[in-house]
Amino acid sequence: MTAPSKTVPLDLSPAPGAAPLPRMIASQAGYEFRAVLRNGEQLLLTLIIPVVLLALFSATSLLDLGAGRRVDFLAPGILALAVMSTAFTGQAIGTGFERRYGVLKRLGATPLPRGGLIGAKTLSVVAVEAVQAAVVCAVALALGWHPHGDPGSVVVLLLLGTAAFSGFGLLMAGTLRAEATLAAANLVYILLLAVGGVVFPLDKFPGPVRDVLELLPISALAEGLRDVLQHGAALPGKPLLVLAVWAAAGLALAARFFKWE
Amino acid sequence: MTPPGDGAVELDSLVKRYGAARAVDGLTLSAARGAVTALLGPNGAGKTTTIEICEGFRRADSGTVRVLGLDPAADGRALKPRVGVMPQSGGVPGTARAGEFLGLVASFHAAPLGTSALLDRLGLTEHARTPFRRMSGGQQQRLSLAVAVVGRPELLFLDEPTTGLDPQARHATWELIQELRAAGVSVVLTTHNMDEAERLSDHVVIVDHGRVVAEGAPEELTGAERQLRFRARPGLGLEELLSALPAGSAAKESPAGHYLIEADVRPELLATVTAWCASHGVMTEDLRIERRTLEDVFLELTGRELRA
Repeated sequence: MTAPSKTVPLDLSPAPGAAPLPRMIASQAGYEFRAVLRNGEQLLLTLIIPVVLLALFSATSLLDLGAGRRVDFLAPGILALAVMSTAFTGQAIGTGFERRYGVLKRLGATPLPRGGLIGAKTLSVVAVEAVQAAVVCAVALALGWHPHGDPGSVVVLLLLGTAAFSGFGLLMAGTLRAEATLAAANLVYILLLAVGGVVFPLDKFPGPVRDVLELLPISALAEGLRDVLQHGAALPGKPLLVLAVWAAAGLALAARFFKWE
Repeated sequence: MTPPGDGAVELDSLVKRYGAARAVDGLTLSAARGAVTALLGPNGAGKTTTIEICEGFRRADSGTVRVLGLDPAADGRALKPRVGVMPQSGGVPGTARAGEFLGLVASFHAAPLGTSALLDRLGLTEHARTPFRRMSGGQQQRLSLAVAVVGRPELLFLDEPTTGLDPQARHATWELIQELRAAGVSVVLTTHNMDEAERLSDHVVIVDHGRVVAEGAPEELTGAERQLRFRARPGLGLEELLSALPAGSAAKESPAGHYLIEADVRPELLATVTAWCASHGVMTEDLRIERRTLEDVFLELTGRELRA
């Protein structure tokens, strides 16, 4: 170790007090945001995989995506995938390990209240999603994407999707062992990527299966975004309703069952 | 001295059960303000559970808890800015850099210490940008102490603050704790290190099986009793030696050639023992007079080794 130094005087006399809540939340959110951006595995999940899928399937005819241009179908699906990767998979794994390593407990001993910590996590998730959306949109535009529709509806869909995925991500992180969360969150990511209408259209599935798959949060988000961005709809009713139900259920379950240690 | 009942921590008849086991079993203690109080005991004695109840992480099954006059279970919001906590291990994300995490916790406080000065004091300056998981155990411990201290608390809970530290880092930690005490901070720490309890604390509480078995200032606990040890050839006639010593003295040879005399050690006694040896042609080696240690006290009270 470096020799401890007494050259810098430390005033150790007690001067306790909490910082204002908004400052604490901003500080924690900034920390979480930076932590995601320098985590290689998280970036693979949140940026690299979505962008590669977007570029690969837009530029090639590997998939039969029906009438219309491929990128117009793919871009909304990839945006939905981006939301799921951050709000659900990344948040579940990150929070699960924080719980396992006693980070949540330790933060619980600081003046930052639990509600403030959840608020900070939400802000960080939304900020990461903004980065993802910017990158995905830039790549899609470069591939010839022509988005339509009302940006307000897009924002409402993205936020409701974030709430739904966050609820279940936190539920998983707060109830399962960290290793189980890691495995399950990645499995769910792959499964929902495959059957949630992200890049493979749901109309390729038989009717009854399709009816069930449409009730998944990822399908609702992808279809809702397509309704707006591809077809110019405003506030698509069914996807919003499906997402609202998932959000209410997930957040209620997480609030009820989340264990902090 | 603060009047009774007005300590930094007041615990009365605390009980905490895990299933059928009682981790804390009717523990009562008072930790004075502005003093260092050490909970000393073997692993599994209930020290950490007791501290975690004080920190508000666990709830007692019965008994009362007052920390700075407040109930940690009900008044957590008011207490947290005033109390610094160093858990036994971990609590920092593996990818967080030392300086970054310390700065984060500092930003939760109204008037925190300067983080670079604090890192410097604990010898962590060159690790400010090192991720927590790449730091050695001792570096992690010191960062954990820094995180507990950075908010300038009135009261500090330190759970085994020097376990796993090399001697140099242990002394840096002891020095900081002594300075905190001098600055008026109340400190409650757990340890199974005798040296630490004897050197740092104003008050030692010996805990075993979830109860207080003895408490007092270190010198009160070890008392005035002294003992005399020496080495000599094996098989001395201890009966004969004892007959020359005051009543109530005890002598034993264990292992062979190692002698221990427990008695009221005064100059006359020392003269008697050495004269007896001289008259028997016995050369003593390593003759020394010792005070009882906390280890001896603990062994006597519980029949258990502290470091077991």
